[in-house]
Amino acid sequence: MQKTLFDKLWDQHVVDTVEGGTDVLYIDRHFIHEVTSPQAFAGLRKRGIGVARPQQTVATADHNVPTINQDQPIKEKLSRFQVDTLTQNCEEFGLELYGLGHPYQGIVHVIGPELGITRPGMTIVCGDSHTSTHGAFGCIAFGIGTSQVEQVLATQCLLQVRPKRMRITVDGTLPPGVVSKDIILYIISQLSASGGTGYFVEYAGSAIRNLSMEARMTICNMSIEMGARGGLIAPDATTFEYIKGREFAPSGKNWDDAMAYWQTLYTDEGATFDKEYVYRAEDIPPMVTYGTNPGMGIGVDQSIPAPASPSASFQKSLKYMGFEAGESLEGKPIDYVFIGSCTNSRMEDLRLVAEYVKGRRKADHVNVMVVPGSRQVRDQAKREGLDVIFREAGFDFREAGCSACLGMNEDKVPKGAYCVSTSNRNFEGRQGPGARTILASPLTAAATAISGHIIDVRTVLTPELV
Amino acid sequence: MEKFTTLTSTAVPLAIEDIDTDQIIPARFLKATTREGFGENLFRDWRYLPGDVPNPDFVLNDDTYRGQVLVAGKNFGMGSSREHAAWALFDYGFRVVISSFFADIFRGNALNNGLLPLQIDDDLLLRLQAAIKEDPELTLEVDLPQQTLTIPSLDEQVRFEVDPYKKMCMINGYDDIDFLRTKADVITAYETKRPVAVQ
Repeated sequence: MQKTLFDKLWDQHVVDTVEGGTDVLYIDRHFIHEVTSPQAFAGLRKRGIGVARPQQTVATADHNVPTINQDQPIKEKLSRFQVDTLTQNCEEFGLELYGLGHPYQGIVHVIGPELGITRPGMTIVCGDSHTSTHGAFGCIAFGIGTSQVEQVLATQCLLQVRPKRMRITVDGTLPPGVVSKDIILYIISQLSASGGTGYFVEYAGSAIRNLSMEARMTICNMSIEMGARGGLIAPDATTFEYIKGREFAPSGKNWDDAMAYWQTLYTDEGATFDKEYVYRAEDIPPMVTYGTNPGMGIGVDQSIPAPASPSASFQKSLKYMGFEAGESLEGKPIDYVFIGSCTNSRMEDLRLVAEYVKGRRKADHVNVMVVPGSRQVRDQAKREGLDVIFREAGFDFREAGCSACLGMNEDKVPKGAYCVSTSNRNFEGRQGPGARTILASPLTAAATAISGHIIDVRTVLTPELV
Repeated sequence: MEKFTTLTSTAVPLAIEDIDTDQIIPARFLKATTREGFGENLFRDWRYLPGDVPNPDFVLNDDTYRGQVLVAGKNFGMGSSREHAAWALFDYGFRVVISSFFADIFRGNALNNGLLPLQIDDDLLLRLQAAIKEDPELTLEVDLPQQTLTIPSLDEQVRFEVDPYKKMCMINGYDDIDFLRTKADVITAYETKRPVAVQ
């Protein structure tokens, strides 16, 4: 029987099936962080049990850590308490922690892949919806709630109902100035913020195949923004090349055995999906969002839709953003630019931004923050001299964390201010109470920072960037 | 987990579509390390104006509407996996959320906390919201064992879907860990067969 990649992986991990069809799914890797884990550890303590498979859980501090002076104690009392609680829990339950100050610390979805912990064929979960990122390696990776974090700690398994399967194929060649972030914002704008709910998505097609691993991670990362539980891409030579030699990647005979297994991980010819969509890469423009969910996106040269009878929710959204139906965002002045988050804070993102801004300076009225996804990304950026380029451009290059993506730490956008952000959510108040978020690619964000207003990058591309 | 079998209650209408978990509980209130007390900040940024003044236009500040059932717009609970959203709704006093569509992670989190996500069709949802606006004393009867929602004043009784395993858990107050721990031997047996590539 022909199987989808998703079904091959799911079947491989079913330990048992409960009456009614719920599966007991085995979890290969579990990532935890300071915000969604404390109540799970409290639950274990209350039950008087330990962590079932401590070697399969890795912890880091990312969500509410400050992005300056990480060598000093955290000033904000509640954040400090939460991070300290994580440290104590990891000590008590015997878990590996890449905490503040550790060379491997960073956003959980950045460090897993960069350390070679994330590998094809795995099931990976974390108390964070953007766990879908790891699907770029051909994994079943998805976000869970805290009760489920406790389940995995207690049993290394989860009770799950198998989702439906969707395939999204993007064929062709991306136009100049269009990057992977634009692909996923385009797809979500077509399918809406709930169009993927109930599904697990496989991304396929020549435009996806031609992407680097980091670009693939950006695509899978935002699967949740169309409601999908996760997204995945079949592993190929690009994937294996990326993993080889990383800190926790297999080596020697284990590598050969792993390769033999990984090469079986693809969707069989003729396997069927519950839903299929096909797009042409040539149709995708640089994207921006205009509303308060990631499905409300348009090409940067297009106008905000003006439906004849707009819903109350649509009107509420535009009112919050201070935009009018039918108007264009091109040329709108911007107050903040945020380059970071588990969507776009990796080396390639930083290199792309640096390449554009080298020798230029930000518009005076714009605050620009560049927050690397991990300590390793930050260190590498410095080795390549990107920190100097950012400083000369007037950008604030900070230390690793989730930062202004969700505004849990001090990095917030003020009420009413506009922020072009490379993050993943433009929900009301996401970057701070009253903040107005416009999602875009790192390239669009960089160009906006320099010009001071929303700009179509295609109009300012230099030959090197094409 | 608190048991849930049946509930008869008035309802609070919140006819907004695509309510995400950042609205249900903003990230800056996720710094607690216990499960209690999140109700205080439920819908914080809609519920309060700057200076922590209650927003008179927000339904939770309107004494006309009360009850243990929240009737929300389509696509409730999208976005972040924060279980704090389910905790906040429960802590505030809700036991049922009605919508015509729920985001996956929220649905799971709610069921794991004794909060019933009850899905009805778009048409009935709109009629129900309008009927509550007209008569805030309108009562709803939720029967989990029978999987029915009854709205006497609309002369409606509809069946709703719920995963049979989660239904059993909610009725008995069981949680998944109690169940999974009975599977320890099967899990250990499975582990002997795992491919090296994923170990």
